[in-house]
Amino acid sequence: MYEFEYHRPTNLDDAAKMLGNEDAKLVAGGMTLIPTLKLRLAKPSDLVDLAALSQLKGITEEGDAVVIGAMTRHADVNRSPVVQRAIPALAQMAGMIGDPAVRNRGTIGGSIANNDPAADYPAAVVALNATVRTNKREIAADNFFTGLFETALEPGEIVTAVKFPKVATANYQKFRNPASRYAIVGVFVTKTLAGVRVAVSGAGSCVFRQSEMEQALGRSFTPDAIKDIKQPQDGLNSDIHASAEYRAHLVTVMARRAVAACA
Amino acid sequence: MAEGSIGQPIRRREDYRFLTGQGTYTDDINRPGQAYAYILRSPHANAGINRIDTSAAASAPRVVAVFTGKDMAADEIGGLPCGWLVNSKDGSPMKEPPHPVLALDRVRHVGDPVAVVIAESLGQARDAAEKIDVDYTIEPAVVDPAAALQPGAPQVWEQAPGNLCYDWALGDAGAVDAAFKGAAKTVSLDLVNNRLVPNAMEPRAAIGEYDRATGEHTLYTTSQNPHVIRLLMGAFVLHLPESKLRVVAPDVGGGFGSKIFHYAEEAIVTWAAPKVRRPVKWIAERSESFMSDAHGRDHVTHVDLALDAQNKFTALRVSTVANMGAYLSTFATCVPTYLYGTLLAGTYTTPAVYVETKAVFTHTVPVDAYRGAGRPEATFLLERIVDVAADELGIDPAELRRKNFIPANAFPYQTPVALQYDSGDYQSTLELALKAADYAGFEARRQEAGRRGKYRGIGLATYIEACGIAPSAVVGSLGARAGLFEAATVRVHPTGSVTILTGSHQHGQGHETTFAQLVADQLGIPIESIEIVHGDTAKIPYGMGTYGSRSLAVGGTAIVKAMDKIIAKGRKIAAHLLEASEADIEFKDGKFSVAGTDRSKSFGEIALTAYVPHNFPHEELEPGLDETAFYDPKNFTYPSGAHIAEIEIDPDTGRVEIVNFTASDDFGRIINPMIVAGQVHGGLAQGIGQALLEGCVYDKSTGQLLTGSYNDYAMPRADDLPSFSLSTHVTLCTHNPLGVKGCGEAGAIGAPAAIANALVDALRPLGIKHVEMPATPERLWRAIQQHQPRAAAD
Amino acid sequence: MQKTVSLTVNGKPASATVEGRTLLVQLLREHLGLTGTHVGCDTSQCGACVVHVDGEAVKSCTLLAVQAEGKNVLTIEGVANGDELHPMQEAFRNNHALQCGFCTPGMVMSALDLVKNNPKPTDREIREYLEGNLCRCTGYHNIVLAIAEGAAVMRGEAPPANPHGVAAE
Repeated sequence: MYEFEYHRPTNLDDAAKMLGNEDAKLVAGGMTLIPTLKLRLAKPSDLVDLAALSQLKGITEEGDAVVIGAMTRHADVNRSPVVQRAIPALAQMAGMIGDPAVRNRGTIGGSIANNDPAADYPAAVVALNATVRTNKREIAADNFFTGLFETALEPGEIVTAVKFPKVATANYQKFRNPASRYAIVGVFVTKTLAGVRVAVSGAGSCVFRQSEMEQALGRSFTPDAIKDIKQPQDGLNSDIHASAEYRAHLVTVMARRAVAACA
Repeated sequence: MAEGSIGQPIRRREDYRFLTGQGTYTDDINRPGQAYAYILRSPHANAGINRIDTSAAASAPRVVAVFTGKDMAADEIGGLPCGWLVNSKDGSPMKEPPHPVLALDRVRHVGDPVAVVIAESLGQARDAAEKIDVDYTIEPAVVDPAAALQPGAPQVWEQAPGNLCYDWALGDAGAVDAAFKGAAKTVSLDLVNNRLVPNAMEPRAAIGEYDRATGEHTLYTTSQNPHVIRLLMGAFVLHLPESKLRVVAPDVGGGFGSKIFHYAEEAIVTWAAPKVRRPVKWIAERSESFMSDAHGRDHVTHVDLALDAQNKFTALRVSTVANMGAYLSTFATCVPTYLYGTLLAGTYTTPAVYVETKAVFTHTVPVDAYRGAGRPEATFLLERIVDVAADELGIDPAELRRKNFIPANAFPYQTPVALQYDSGDYQSTLELALKAADYAGFEARRQEAGRRGKYRGIGLATYIEACGIAPSAVVGSLGARAGLFEAATVRVHPTGSVTILTGSHQHGQGHETTFAQLVADQLGIPIESIEIVHGDTAKIPYGMGTYGSRSLAVGGTAIVKAMDKIIAKGRKIAAHLLEASEADIEFKDGKFSVAGTDRSKSFGEIALTAYVPHNFPHEELEPGLDETAFYDPKNFTYPSGAHIAEIEIDPDTGRVEIVNFTASDDFGRIINPMIVAGQVHGGLAQGIGQALLEGCVYDKSTGQLLTGSYNDYAMPRADDLPSFSLSTHVTLCTHNPLGVKGCGEAGAIGAPAAIANALVDALRPLGIKHVEMPATPERLWRAIQQHQPRAAAD
Repeated sequence: MQKTVSLTVNGKPASATVEGRTLLVQLLREHLGLTGTHVGCDTSQCGACVVHVDGEAVKSCTLLAVQAEGKNVLTIEGVANGDELHPMQEAFRNNHALQCGFCTPGMVMSALDLVKNNPKPTDREIREYLEGNLCRCTGYHNIVLAIAEGAAVMRGEAPPANPHGVAAE
């Protein structure tokens, strides 16, 4: 790891100011950033640790929504009675991220701001039609994840919370990379009065919605309704673990399983 | 615990320190004033080095020194030696190119060491290493062993045209050809034995230290055989006499073969310490381990089997291309030859066997012995081709094996490929396994799984291995440049406590417990009064270390031989004290007694007399009770067994679940069954890992290592594996006094073929005849798609 | 840039002056001499470095030392009660759940974290909880048995019959 200046601001404004240095990086849980630094794949001048910002932690109910602070850890979401009751699939998904020690450190804000193509949270945020709150504004999930490791966040903008509508009918299915255990394909399916949303992680360079499946499932929310829908291979990831063709196939398999599990 | 401790599941004596964080691994050792070495490694698979500019690194903050291959050459440092000469079938010796410690004018694999930076901290050494400017001319690389033999392939060494290291053969080609001509049935298979990365959990580490006052060099290193390292490094690389070189291999966090070999970093720190006048410590990061620890396996093979009308195997013909990597690692050359070809009779009476192995250089990390070393490769091809034959003949694979087993009454049995098996009972281990796995009831389980949309298969593999490596005379005649005996000292102290100094090395095997059980049993003393010392050349007699499932069979026998000398001397002392004839003295239950009387002396009394020799037969005996024995076995030992895997494949994803895994093994006499079971579990996990998960992948065009971390190299995790069902059937080894055979490698040898056979069995209804390892989900899904495009279980 | 970190380790106050880039595991091993916590990889996957921070299992190779300021850290050296092994450590011995011992400290720390969250885990749950802990020696078989035994004793139950035939002490 290269040397850097470490900061632990105690309020959001200070944190945003410290981020002003363009080579500064935020640390939330650090579960991706610190391994990246250890391998010397990044060389930040400053690390701005959000750990002291207690206002970014915690899970609250706001009417028909659950608001999860950006610094809330995966383990807290997984074990939260509020999340388990209001959005059980989200609690389930949080329990499938990484391993127990990672879930004890990794945070929702860190995960979505990093937007790793193989991360789980982006699929949940998109499928649940959540809203990302930052120190500057609110961003709809559909507009938040913009590309490979890229989001709509601007320089100096910090995720503060994610607001999830309560959704009872939802499920996440993940096919793990046998080595890293990240998602080769993860599919999060939700069904609400507004319709069905199917979000796919792992398969492409960034989480995406499978609209053909959403429409088919809108007509008939059954696994059979999508069994013949083929995810186009174009633009899907291809590596030593899974070709684009295999990933495309797994999108349908995981989506079917998620729908079946919703029943 | 004294006599009778053999065969007991005694809890390990070493566990307390490991469970409380008090083990002493190499990285836990810090020497006063030590500096840290970071090795700059080649990012290219094949490149000429035009120039190395270290000036910016040398003047970086807190840098102590920077060295390159030229500095070592100036000191006339030798290359890393290969310990086994293999001759080609035309009699010519193998091509043995140099193996410089630090690269000189060319790098030959990603990870090849180029320079070393020594600094006050590891971070600073690494910071400075980034300032070294190496001017490379990048050239095309070849990584695949079969591709390396193709005309026009990039050449790794000028000295080895066509990348051929040797073209070796064993067996009677004429007899095999004749048998094939007369065969009622022949079957063939092409297969790959996938390249593996050993991945002991403790990364390698080394600390070099020099004491100017005594002139003594000390190397702390993660080694399975400190004396071998001292010999190789002292004699061939650094030109230091053994008397001035101490090698300490303290607690070592797993080896599996990868810590047998003499590595560049050991020589670098030992050489650098006196130059910088400080101890120098190097520790590998896991990414470095992936590109600098010797890899395993990596064979491409064609096999043909001939059978007669009665379904008896009449001949086996094997042609293998084996990857050596870019350099010849310490024992690389014997793995695909003498540890492989000699095992191709397996458990069967096949009268004619012919094998040829072409060893090739490629632009990859050197390949050497990894758990099983040659024997898993032999077993895999043999057990796969037997299953292919059973399939094509339409007979049960268990029945075909029974028909061809060497019968239990046929031992000693001379195979057509040099080995003479001393004992075994393959039929019994197979029947034991079949019963434990409920082989007879499998069809109902297959159908039940089919109703759930799963393909279920059962696969069996039998194996034989040559362990207890090895008779020095035999291996010497086959090209080994070292002896393979073992040594032990039994040091009885005045009050009767005992220290055992063994040349074997433990890095997980539990010698501190097993060896103590052996000594407690034979000397009739409490296990608490026995101490096992290993791993330090300044303490232990010259021994060859631990690999090849040899520690108990060879090292344990050396202890027994030394104890025999102790008892013989004790009887003389007792005869003197008891005023009896030596011939009348019996030793039993820790007592020397006059036969037929109640007159006796305890082991402790004899020990005290030996060291306080007031009343002692000085004219016949020296004082003291301290004996050393060297034991060189007459033959290898031959553990054997039968493994059965039962698996289910999810046709939607290709994912495999191991439903059941049964292993029935013959390890000869068992000293501690709990430790033996643990050895089998670990071997099975590595064998299953090879079959389903692990595969080292290089980019075929650039030679980059694509599986260079745990993000890409799939290590078996707890939820990948089942609990195992184990049993043993004992036939004793006939040529060592303990009757022991060795158990460390069995699991890794039997499991891959058992899993592969189960996969093919599951997919047989689709017409699938073979699947390559690792049988990843995509590989299996693809096979299913290709054979039955609409197979998805909807 | 050097910073002084003060924290509690195994119940005792500790402090060290470290670089910003120093990892918690380096603080423990190199500054405090607690070498029971091991480093087996550089990609935060093997789990040999697992310790408890404020009562929860974390990978000490993936936490900066400065991030542990003011925290309560438990390492393998602090698990036993004096010379008396913790029931989980004892269960590892009873079941031969360690061979080379290198992954063992992390395994024990993860096992304790599991039992805290799930006092009566099934074998499947144990295997899944060990997702972040690699062992190359044991094939996990005996580790699973050990954690089941350790959990039972921690619940105050009699341990299950030893599957290896080890006599109770």
